[in-house]
Amino acid sequence: MDVVAKAWTWLATGSHWAGPDGVWHRLGQHLFLTFACLAIACAVALPIAVALGHIGKGGALAVNISNAGRAVPTFAVLVLLLLSPLGTHGEWPTIIALVLFAIPPLLTNAYVGVNEADQEVVEAARGMGMTGGQLIRRVELPLAFPLIMTGVRTAAVQVVATATLAALPGGGGLGRIITAGFRLTDTPQVVAGAVLVAALALVVEGVFVVLGLLLDPMRRRTGRRLAASRRPPADQAPASPALTT
Amino acid sequence: MADGNCLISNEWICGEYVRTRGQELTDATLEHVWITLASVAIGLLVAFPLALLARRWRAVSGPVLGLTTVLYTVPSLAMFSLLLPVFGVSVAVVITGLVLYSLTILVRNIMAGLASVPEEAREAARGMGYGPLRLLFGVELPLALPALMAGLRITTVSTVSLTTVGAIIGYGGLGNLIYEGMRSFFKAEVLTASVLCVALAVVADLLLLALQRLLTPWARKSRKGTT
Repeated sequence: MDVVAKAWTWLATGSHWAGPDGVWHRLGQHLFLTFACLAIACAVALPIAVALGHIGKGGALAVNISNAGRAVPTFAVLVLLLLSPLGTHGEWPTIIALVLFAIPPLLTNAYVGVNEADQEVVEAARGMGMTGGQLIRRVELPLAFPLIMTGVRTAAVQVVATATLAALPGGGGLGRIITAGFRLTDTPQVVAGAVLVAALALVVEGVFVVLGLLLDPMRRRTGRRLAASRRPPADQAPASPALTT
Repeated sequence: MADGNCLISNEWICGEYVRTRGQELTDATLEHVWITLASVAIGLLVAFPLALLARRWRAVSGPVLGLTTVLYTVPSLAMFSLLLPVFGVSVAVVITGLVLYSLTILVRNIMAGLASVPEEAREAARGMGYGPLRLLFGVELPLALPALMAGLRITTVSTVSLTTVGAIIGYGGLGNLIYEGMRSFFKAEVLTASVLCVALAVVADLLLLALQRLLTPWARKSRKGTT
């Protein structure tokens, strides 16, 4: 198709990659926003989720926050924050929206992971005289690690997607290449931008899959058997891609 | 404060806005509803055979699940933009994008639902002389309904919220109002449309929950609607 060829030409043109509107600068903005917001969201959500999961309470809270997150349009939140008094403070509306949307998958997965850690192992550890803190650090966190990483990966991909939307109200990031293309009615540029954004989302997903496998503290010890027993309950698992994908 | 002033002073909540632009709000809501309905309906029509194929042949299930998951990863703005050359600026871009997103959750849930059907139920039906089609629609599908409906609810709610992004090409339902309000810094328009959008998602979810209760009377006592 003609547009595809033109989009390829757009991508192959060196001048489109340089300068403040160029791909490199937009990519840098996108990655900076993604990792800053992901770090903030992890710092906020993970301790709460692990504590709640350890006590075994607040499951309904985690699930409800996660479901409510789906019902609220990202785009609406971005624009609402932009028009609020925060809107005059540069990137802050975007950052807050990104953090808000990263929290639900982090919270739900970490809660479920810690809460569903093999009860027999937890009991045994308790019988060995471990304190609550030791139990969390040495038993529950290692067991919950795969699910926590799934949450981090889902959150990361969501932040990448939301950072794209931030371009609609005029924020930075790769989405700007798409919105600029729309404004110029330059379809090849729109498609080129979309390819870049989609590729980035897939790369981020892939990197976190690999990180999750490499960093898993149980990797060498158990293999698949334990992982299978730690799946969330059957009526939850298939329902939520945040848990399964 | 007098009601008429809130348009001039640009308040968040403005009764006068809702009164004077009632028609615009209704039109946008209706567009939102039909885009959502069409996307979810087509999604269901596509997902069901895909799930059956993936269940029948293991060789199909890997690629189907992999591909739908990859599609789910693509950000919405990029998804709509990538479909733009295929359909031009039309509502088909938004609906196709939303259908592609719905497949991930629907296919997985239909497969999980069918997998959860007890083997004894199948055996009993076969023993009663049920053919494969009657087995599927008479026994397996009803038993798979809870999982299917759970997936349908999640899909519908996220489709309602993702439709707003269609505003980039002018087919975003309530998203169009949000986009317009953003450009003119008109707070009441943005807030009203956003609230309507969330309300729409909640209403759709409750309707589907009610439908699920109607369709699965046998499950009423145990299920607690956590998903």
